[in-house]
Formats: sequence, structure tokens, C-alpha cells
Amino acid sequence: MPLLEIRDLHLAMKSFEGEAHVLNGINLAVERGEIWGVVGETGCGKSLTGLSVSRLVPSPPARYMQGEILFEGRDVLAASEEDMRKLRGRRIGMIFQDPTTNLNPSFRIGEQMIDVALHAAEDDPALLGLTKTASRSERRSAARRLAVELLDSVGIPNAADRLDSYPHQFSGGMRQRVLIALALIGRPDLLIADEPTTALDVSVQAQVLRILFDLVQKHRLAVMLITHNLGVVAQLCSHVAVMYAGNIVESGKVDAVLSAPKHPYTQALLAAVPGRSAVRGALSALAGSVPNLLRPPPGCRFAPRCPHAMPRCDAGAPPMIGVAAGQQVACVLYDKTAEAA
Amino acid sequence: MLLHVDNVVKIFASKRPFARAVEFAALKGVSLEITRGQSFGLVGESGSGKTTLARCILRLDDITSGRIIYDGQDLATLSPRALRALRSKIQIVFQDPYASLNPRMTIRDIVAEPLEIHHDLVGLSAQARTDRASELLALVGLRTEHLYRYPHEFSGGQRQRIGIARALALNPEFLILDEPTSALDVSVQAQVLNLLHELQQRLGLTYLFVSHDLGVIRHVCDRVALLYRGELVEENDTEAIFESPRTDYARTLIAAMPSPDPARSLWRAA
Repeated sequence: MPLLEIRDLHLAMKSFEGEAHVLNGINLAVERGEIWGVVGETGCGKSLTGLSVSRLVPSPPARYMQGEILFEGRDVLAASEEDMRKLRGRRIGMIFQDPTTNLNPSFRIGEQMIDVALHAAEDDPALLGLTKTASRSERRSAARRLAVELLDSVGIPNAADRLDSYPHQFSGGMRQRVLIALALIGRPDLLIADEPTTALDVSVQAQVLRILFDLVQKHRLAVMLITHNLGVVAQLCSHVAVMYAGNIVESGKVDAVLSAPKHPYTQALLAAVPGRSAVRGALSALAGSVPNLLRPPPGCRFAPRCPHAMPRCDAGAPPMIGVAAGQQVACVLYDKTAEAA
Repeated sequence: MLLHVDNVVKIFASKRPFARAVEFAALKGVSLEITRGQSFGLVGESGSGKTTLARCILRLDDITSGRIIYDGQDLATLSPRALRALRSKIQIVFQDPYASLNPRMTIRDIVAEPLEIHHDLVGLSAQARTDRASELLALVGLRTEHLYRYPHEFSGGQRQRIGIARALALNPEFLILDEPTSALDVSVQAQVLNLLHELQQRLGLTYLFVSHDLGVIRHVCDRVALLYRGELVEENDTEAIFESPRTDYARTLIAAMPSPDPARSLWRAA
């Protein structure tokens, strides 16, 4: 059984102009030890997919129309709020894009980490290496030790001293590491990282990615890495899911998908990255823009921008077709059964 | 040579009351030369002084010592009138197309605003300014019907085009591009980079391209300078820097650049 399995997830968002169908049948299975990159343009539903896993999408305005999100076989969407609180921050850790807004500026780093650790330990005292009968002060000092250990593991020098610093005393890269450490306190099985390195410089980004990679090796974490940087995916991820306008259009092993992309959208995305061979002024840019999801195209949502579009594309959403070992694509170009008909 | 930056030092003094004056040197003696028609890349991490240098060239900040000479004129010695005239020749496109357009102004007003500010120089009537604005929109791939819309009606890529149209309004010679594509998706980035190249060919512009995206820099620039903590650590032709970097810092930076080729992953194969 995969650690996380998203089955046919449909999500609608209410807006002033009507209801937009923003997730349109997402299927994804993540096993322990896998790093899944979720890529796509702004507004294609990457973050909503990530947030849905810990059920952090406010509803209303969101409405789950159908589908389920199974975490260790249990449906997250049907769980009680009480159960969700036990999953979030413990079994499922989250790291967000902007390290400046996700730490409370008026509390010391140590204070914030100890709070999270104590809260996590309420259910699972073993996290702090204590029994249920431990006194308050024992728990606090154990939480502090854990905080130091985690800050140390993400490469913050003088971790014990830095616990007494405030967020503004850290640089952006350091804050992002503090957030990673925070997300790891509950020893999560699944880490959802939403653009964790977008705000960072390349050299710092490389360090943070390295830390994530080592954590996966060491603890057999499963990671869902949401990003729009294909370079990051190529370097770090084992698998990749390419999203377009609320659909996963191609997914599979990273080397397969990135070296032999099958879906026209994946091909276009990769071609748009300035590479060594590209002639200046002649980058292949994808014409047009993401469709308005209040009035999506009838069949394949990519068809209006697709260089290979044909009448069949409008006939209905294309199914996922296996094209190679561990590579699937949602495109009629690869649908051999329909060709024969 | 169009722009000569000669040993420029910029020191920011701490403005905190009661605190002992703490000085921060954002630029520690930077020198570089940009020739006409060139695309010059300025690379560095955040805090390395890239934006400070761009602001000093526009004289939005005054330098502490050194000289910046544009087309034979020392920027520091210009009279206010001469400075205004010069500013019509040096324009800037900002990083964030969501923050750099006034949400309450129509596209026509945004694009025509420089013409209004420099009315003494260009002397166009209101009607002529509208015509010029629609001409500029056409130049960046937008249409006349977009003139009376507001920024929120446009996507990120279109907004960046509007920012470029505004920068081109006064027929500048020199364009400072401060991370013009870092807020955009790769597919849109490709459109904007192509547009910038086409404009350079057509209008003979000189670019100072500020970025921390080495892939983009390599693609657009003829020459690159690396800044590190206010110092220029390496400067060379683009391919020379990428193929045979001379300093450790350049090597580190290039190695850290994530390549979209999975076979070149630093760790996964191991």
C-alpha cells in the first residue's frame, strides 16, 4: 500500500463569477523513500494538491466534488478535525515557500520549536524519549534537546545558542532550514514542501536540497516537492508529476519523463528553459496562456495551446496511458486503441 | 564605451537612533565598462550589491566615492536639468510586474506617464501621447484595445511587457533590467526573453541585465560580471566565465546551478 494515494480528486472553488473546477481528477501514489516533484505553471493546482493532503484548503470556498486522499489507507477528506490535528505536523510535515512569513517574529526560534515539540509529544511521548509520567520540566528540557538536535541536523552552526535568536536574526536560507527542522519535529512520514527554495539564492538552494535529500535517505521519508523549477526536479526528485490546468498530464520516473518527455506540454516546458543549445532570441516559447477554469476547454485542457491538437482532443478528457516503464501520459497521441477504431 | 563605472564605493550609514553609527559597504570599489549595444550581465547572491549598483547608475542613490561616467558625462556633476535629460536615456524594468504598475492607472496612463514627465523634452500633445502609447504596446506584442484596461486584467507576462513598453517610451539607449523574469513561469520567461532580444536588435539598445539566474544570464548576455559582497570577483565574456571560471566563487555558483538534465544530478546517481 502506498503511503499516500490520491484517487480521482476533483476540487471546485467558488468565485464571484461562478465555480471553477480547479482540480480535475488527480491521481497520484507516493511510496516511502520517493521524492515526487510536482511541476507546472502558476495556477495549475500544484499548491492546492499539496494543501489538500493536509486538508488545509478552506472550504468553503473550496468544495471537494469527488475522490479521496488516502494516507496509509485512511481517507483524509473524511477524517474528523481532531484526527487531522494529529496528522498535521506529526505524520505529515509541511514546508512553505516564504520563510519570513511562516515564523512568528515575536518569539524566539527555540520557543517556537519547543512549543511544536511539546504539542507533538502529547500524543507520542516517545518523541522526546520520555514516558507519559515525565514532569513538565523534564519534558521541556527534552524538547529543547530535540530542537538543538534538529537544528544541528539541518546545518545550523551553534544550534544551542541560536535557539535564543529571533527569526529576524537569521538569513533567508537559515530561516528556511529552521522551517525544515520545525517540519521534522513530529518525525513525519510524509513531507510536503511547497516551493521551499524559490526565495533562496542558488548556492543556498543547493544546500537546502542536499539537506532534504539526506533526510530522505536517512529516514525513508516520502516527499512531495512542489516547484516550477525543472532544474530542481532533475537534481533532487525520483519521480515527477507534470500538472496543467488542474490535471496531471504526465507522470513517472524523473529520468524517463525529463529525458524523453511525451506530453506536448512537458516538451514545451522543457524547451522553454534557456539551455546551452538555444539560440538567443529563439527560445521556444509556448504561445497563449493557461485557460480560464470557469470555462475550461471541453476535452483536453491543453488542446488550445497544443501544436498537435486534433478534433479528437475535444471529445473528452484524455485518459492516462502507460507509455514506458513507470511513465504515464494523458494525451490521445499515444492512444493506440482509438487509432484502430 | 557607453557606461564606465570606475572604482565605485557605496556606504550606507545606519540610521538607527542612539545606536553607534554602523556603516555597511554595499559596493567596495567596483569597476566595469559596458559598450554600446552590449548585453551585460550582473550576477550575485542577494545582498551582493547588484541592485545598489543599478540604483547608483540611475542616480536613485548617490555614490560615496568613485565615478560613474555615462557617454562621457560624469553623473555626479550633472546639473538637475542635465540629469533629467539623461534619465530619459537610461530606463529600468523592475523585477515584480505585480508591484511596479499602479493598479489605479490605465495602461495608457502608465505607458504615457514618462512622456508626460518629460514633456519639456518630447513635447507631445495628449492625443499624440495616446498614439505613442498604442505604438509602444504594438512594439511589445500587445494591442491597441488594451489601452484602457487596468493592470489586474493582465497576466504576469503581459504586465512585464507593459513595464517594458513604459521603459521604452522615451526612446532610451540604455535599459537596466532588474531580474525581469524571475517572477515569471519558464514558458512566459521564454516569451519575454525573446521579446527583449528582438527589441535590442530593432532599437539598438544596451542592456544591463541583473539576475541571479545563471541559465538566463548565459542565454542573454555577451559579458558577465560576478559580484560577491560588494566586490567584483570576476568579469569576462559569458562563455569564458561558464566554461573556464577563474575564481572559486564562480565555480561554486556554476556548480550550484540546477541543470534540468537528470543525468547530471549531483546526488541521485550516488
